[in-house]
Amino acid sequence: MNLVRLRLGYVPLTDAAPLIVAHELGFAAEEGLELDLVRVGAWAQSRDLLGAGVIDAAHMLVPMPIAQRLGLGPALPEFDLVMFLSVGGQAVAVSEAIAEKLRNNGFAFDFADAHSAGLALCAATGGRLRVGVPFPFSTQAELVWHWLGASGFADGVEVVTVPPPMMADAMEAGEVDAFCVGEPWASFAVERGIASLLLPGRAIWASPPEKGLVLRKSMAEDQPEVTGRLMRAVWRAGRWLDVAENRGTAAEILSQGAYLNLSSELTERGLTGRMLVSPAGELRVAPDFIAFHSGAATFPWKSLAALIARRIALRHGLPVDPAMRQAMACFRTDLYRQHLRQAGADLPGASAKVEGTLTHPHAVASEHGRMILRPDAFFDGHMFEPPFDR
Amino acid sequence: MDKRLSIIVVERDHERAIRIVDGLREAGDYHIQVIADESGLARRIAEHRPDIVLIDLANPSRDILEAIAVASGPTERPVAMFVDRSDEQLTRAAIEAGVSAYVVDGLRPERIKPVLDAAIARFHMFQRMRAELAATKAALEERKIIDRAKAILMKARGIDEEAAYALLRKTAMDQGKRVADIAQQLVLAAGLLT
Repeated sequence: MNLVRLRLGYVPLTDAAPLIVAHELGFAAEEGLELDLVRVGAWAQSRDLLGAGVIDAAHMLVPMPIAQRLGLGPALPEFDLVMFLSVGGQAVAVSEAIAEKLRNNGFAFDFADAHSAGLALCAATGGRLRVGVPFPFSTQAELVWHWLGASGFADGVEVVTVPPPMMADAMEAGEVDAFCVGEPWASFAVERGIASLLLPGRAIWASPPEKGLVLRKSMAEDQPEVTGRLMRAVWRAGRWLDVAENRGTAAEILSQGAYLNLSSELTERGLTGRMLVSPAGELRVAPDFIAFHSGAATFPWKSLAALIARRIALRHGLPVDPAMRQAMACFRTDLYRQHLRQAGADLPGASAKVEGTLTHPHAVASEHGRMILRPDAFFDGHMFEPPFDR
Repeated sequence: MDKRLSIIVVERDHERAIRIVDGLREAGDYHIQVIADESGLARRIAEHRPDIVLIDLANPSRDILEAIAVASGPTERPVAMFVDRSDEQLTRAAIEAGVSAYVVDGLRPERIKPVLDAAIARFHMFQRMRAELAATKAALEERKIIDRAKAILMKARGIDEEAAYALLRKTAMDQGKRVADIAQQLVLAAGLLT
């Protein structure tokens, strides 16, 4: 069989796993695809290569295609997000100087309670904090703004962009006091004795969509055959990744020189949720730290597009309603249904929901009868109702 | 009368930085500065207030410039914007050459274009040099493998070098493969047998 060759961009992070596994374990070949994985150094590079047609699809921060739609990037062809690749997987870290203050104040580093962590951090820092995030349009930025905003921090917060591999260096140089980043880069900073981990992203927001599979809209629409094959290959890789026994193997694959080029022990932490939260080696177990499949993790809810677009629009002084509608249009639940139905994906009855209502896994109506959705609550009970009349 | 454009080149590789600066000097009379150490990049860009920032497309520090670009309003000075929005072809040429440019909003396109053209030419040259270097390295590797395969054949079958190479070439042709691939297989197999 002649394989169709596709070039895929990825940034070396644990959550690039679905693309790497699709390639390494043959899920792509099963769909007649030969994936050429292109490692990129900057999120902006991934966006530019996709726009120029140098790559066919990209592993991208979920808010990035939204920001493009809102005109906050360069003039490039339109992008669509066809599925999520991962949910969760972020960690919030603080410098050892702040960690020591927190310990002296009796804070227990439970790596679970965002409410008490926020209050303790505010008390320890006097509400002044410089926080590193990987990109201005990132789930990490949304988590940080939301959490600190609801924890008593006001004007004293500065959120700055630091590329993930440089996060530890920036903290060591005193450029940031805290950061929120995807694995393995939080554990990397702990390993170097520079940071202690405060929270998993999921403690702030139970279901933060992290990376998406992003294509040029023209390709997603004009090449449905290839788009469908790619989506199914990646979706099956995600299903494989969410079998608990496979996570160790996944860590081995991801750690190789061509991908993360780090020890598999380090990579494994963010895949199993067994995190060392301090340089002293304290272990905390964060169940479901990152998900690639279960609980409809890959379904690109239009309500999440609206939620993120609203927040970005407010920060950049753009009109909120049009922003939400533009963003909802680039989350392609229609293509998800069209291409993944035949792979056996169960599909929710609706494409948008009120976000933030579920504190526990919850059964809803689906094409196969009933499906279980992941919890999606914010730590402070925040809820978001998307504009349903489309 | 326009004042001279001020350009910042972010480039760690000294040799490469010099070539890019030379290319820009040939293109026009600009005020050019090179930033080789990217620590505190945001602060330094704000201090220098350049009209244009040139940086490798793949440099992770680009994401820091992106943040500056979307954070600053159009009336502030260190407003870097992306490659000129009106010229899609130029944008594509820059991306393909591996250069990204952050340009102050409102700068006239005819002032930006010569800078970008020069940068694109230099970046292209470096891409070519990199590709050539990689190809040379690969060719050297192949040459070494073929030499080893020849030596193995000469010893095992008591033939001379010319005959050994002829044998490798014939096998490669029969199997529809490259000589280097057959040599690789032979070296691997010989390694297993000894």
